[in-house]
Amino acid sequence: MALLETKKLGISFGGLRAVNAFDISVEKGQLYGLIGPNGAGKTTIFNLLTGVYTPDEGAILLDGVNLAGKRTIDICKAGIARTFQNIRLFHDMSVLDNVKVGLHNHYPYSTFEGILRLPRYHKVEKEMNARAMEILEVFGLEGYADYKAENLPYGQQRKLEIARAMATNPKLLLLDEPAAGMNPNETKELMETIRFVRDRFEMTILLIEHDMKLVAGICEKLTVLNFGEVLAQGETQEVLNNPDVITAYLGS
Amino acid sequence: MSFVAHLINGISLGSVYALIALGYTMVYGIAKMLNFAHGDVIMIGGYVVFVTASGLGINPLAAIIVSMAACTVLGVTIERVAYRPLRGASPLAVLITAIGVSYLLQNVALLVFGSDTKAFSNVVTLQNLELFDGQLIIKSVTIVTVIVSIIIMVGLTFFVKKTKIGRAMTAVSEDQGAAQLMGINVNGTIAVTFAIGSSLAAVAGVLLCSAYPSLTPYTGSMPGIKAFVAAVFGGIGSIPGAFIGGILLGVIENLSKAYISSQLADAIVFSILIIVLLVKPTGLLGKKALEKV
Amino acid sequence: MDMEMKVNKSKLSKTTKNDLITYGMVILTYIVVQLLVSTGHVSSLIQGLLVPFCTYVIVAVALNLTVGILGELSLGHAGFMCVGAFASAVFSLAFKDAMPSGLRFFLALLIGAAAAALVGFLVGIPVLRLRGDYLAIVTLAFGEIIKNIINVLYLGVDSRGVHFSMKDAISLHLEEDGVMLIKGAQGVTGTPNDSNFTVGVILILVTLFIVLNFIHSRTGRAVMSIRDNRIAAESVGINVTKYKLIAFTVSASLAGVAGVLYAHNLSTLNALPKNFGYNMSIMILVFVVLGGIGNIRGSIIAAVLLTLLPEVLRGLSDYRMLIYSIVLIAMMIFNWSPNAVFLRKRLRQKFLPGRKVEKEEA
Repeated sequence: MALLETKKLGISFGGLRAVNAFDISVEKGQLYGLIGPNGAGKTTIFNLLTGVYTPDEGAILLDGVNLAGKRTIDICKAGIARTFQNIRLFHDMSVLDNVKVGLHNHYPYSTFEGILRLPRYHKVEKEMNARAMEILEVFGLEGYADYKAENLPYGQQRKLEIARAMATNPKLLLLDEPAAGMNPNETKELMETIRFVRDRFEMTILLIEHDMKLVAGICEKLTVLNFGEVLAQGETQEVLNNPDVITAYLGS
Repeated sequence: MSFVAHLINGISLGSVYALIALGYTMVYGIAKMLNFAHGDVIMIGGYVVFVTASGLGINPLAAIIVSMAACTVLGVTIERVAYRPLRGASPLAVLITAIGVSYLLQNVALLVFGSDTKAFSNVVTLQNLELFDGQLIIKSVTIVTVIVSIIIMVGLTFFVKKTKIGRAMTAVSEDQGAAQLMGINVNGTIAVTFAIGSSLAAVAGVLLCSAYPSLTPYTGSMPGIKAFVAAVFGGIGSIPGAFIGGILLGVIENLSKAYISSQLADAIVFSILIIVLLVKPTGLLGKKALEKV
Repeated sequence: MDMEMKVNKSKLSKTTKNDLITYGMVILTYIVVQLLVSTGHVSSLIQGLLVPFCTYVIVAVALNLTVGILGELSLGHAGFMCVGAFASAVFSLAFKDAMPSGLRFFLALLIGAAAAALVGFLVGIPVLRLRGDYLAIVTLAFGEIIKNIINVLYLGVDSRGVHFSMKDAISLHLEEDGVMLIKGAQGVTGTPNDSNFTVGVILILVTLFIVLNFIHSRTGRAVMSIRDNRIAAESVGINVTKYKLIAFTVSASLAGVAGVLYAHNLSTLNALPKNFGYNMSIMILVFVVLGGIGNIRGSIIAAVLLTLLPEVLRGLSDYRMLIYSIVLIAMMIFNWSPNAVFLRKRLRQKFLPGRKVEKEEA
């Protein structure tokens, strides 16, 4: 069974049909690309998958459980984590704390225990710090742990966002244009990181991207979206050679 | 008959709130700041009329014009000196600065005019309107207040929609950066907004003091807050909203005073504001802003 | 592994050190003031202000939790102070002769804090759904409503139990032996004078302990993540409503503690615009903003300096509030104007080049 499956997903804003009858099926461990021209509805699909928007119709099945209509935090707990097109870090907090917020639901102690610094506070905080540092190391950010998130270089901010999402221990990771604004070197490094995350954690990744080199380089399957509808779907090379896709991107 | 009288008084008070709220709402809509000192500009406007009309014996209408001019200059100066350097700073910093300006105006008035209450003589000297054989007396100042505020509301709506400066204001309120790129003088537009808001405050000051003839350095403070509540009530940034909010607030306040409790009138006004905002978080006529993810 | 330990250690010691400086500053000030008082260097005027200082410091720290850590603008904290003050004053008055003053004040504190927390919680449920300026105006409205209601509240106790009315004293129908606790606009009279400077400083330290530990806990991080980016916080599973409410309730309850301290320093307690109106809320906000939003130590310093400033200027009598307002405006422009911020950054780079380089990329 596919890890993520959507069935006839759709939403309208006013009279505009932003996403229509969207079907996708992502297998566990797959690196799956979602591409399409600007305004095709890619980010809207991410917002539907994470409960930022509630779909007008259709189903979102994660491991067979329907998540359509659930709240963002419940969807996060069910195992979908994401990054954002315009980076959304906790900019005034340290890099370490950003990851620790991601760990929040897995390392519980009460507000009361926190204020009085009871033994559990010390124990759990220690475990959290260790785990957060482990995650930062995966992304090569351990040296920045103390920095304020907003003071990180741009490329590292993107990485931190992925690290934070990984801290929630997701089954499925959604990356919204992870290479946006990066130079070729940074993009190359990012490609390696994404591949590494997939291999090391056997993570399933769905990513939106404009950089065709990145998409062709790492994605195994692609879905092309145009005007809110699926234009093509299948193996990466096959899709990229599809004449309809070329027309949608380059115009006729 | 007494209900009608209370209602009319409420509309009159509401018209004053509406005038003040118009100033609040325009400044908020365009400069995106809460000008807490707006209420105190009203008070200064009141004092200017008091000094020129009662003190120097100038014709009341001329005194009002002098007061409008003085408040316009004051408003523009405040904007230039205190608010403009903070353009682009945290809204909270601008808010505190506005509070500082409010303290400043109150204390200047305290030094110049003293803390004693000045008896303000009504500048509207027309005949009161008597209806139903004198059972219902409508004060002339009430009629004038209502008419003036309607004229100003309609005029402002027209000004914002139809004139070049008005459209520049709308543009600046939508997106300062984009407006600047389109060749609009943002600073100038904001200054004009302050000028209009402050001259309206002068008119409001005169009408407020004519209806409630006592003037102290703190006279503007509470009506200022109430008018701000009215602006939020109607949907801040919306000109008709400020007008409707002001009238409703005045009516609710007066009817509560008459029929429920004079001490609890403010609490009732504020409770209704809270209920409105909970049902419609952007006020009666406010626009909903969507956050892009 | 080495790296990990080093970073963790340095981080922990950095925040802990910072907190210790804050506690130390308060204790040191306390000792200095006590020495000055005992050697007769402090005027009776300033001595009378010592407890109000503590009150303002506590409520400023409490408000900073809402404004700086939660990132929401509240103009109603004077209302929470008011609730704490009246709830505790009524309790202390009712049990004036029934228990030793230490125990009574301790219970009064708990009652004041709990009452303010309850009101904060109830106000927070609807209010925290709103954003920005709307939230500010609604908290202001709640503050005024609380003050208004207390001004028409009559409360008395007699052998038949507790009676209350919102009309007048007569409608309480108290028996001969009955005692009036709240007399409408006349407020509460005869509250025992249980607070003093030492108690005030202890309460400041308790408040600091709660707030600083709160900030550095899991809950504090969740609250700050909502402040920094609500949508991202939700996306990593933070329950936004829950954590907003927790922070707001804790903040309100600490404002209530300030109210308890305030009430037990006066023999007559009234809910006036001056002490519990929106003007007071605004004044507290001024402390928080000038001290630095989110900077707890800054709030303390600003609360003390700004309360002291008008008193120091007392010699200038009529001009003191004028000067105060000009100083306020000038400080805001100096601290916050984009031009001034830029200038300070340039100067810092020029004269303090050794600092950790802050990358500035778009």
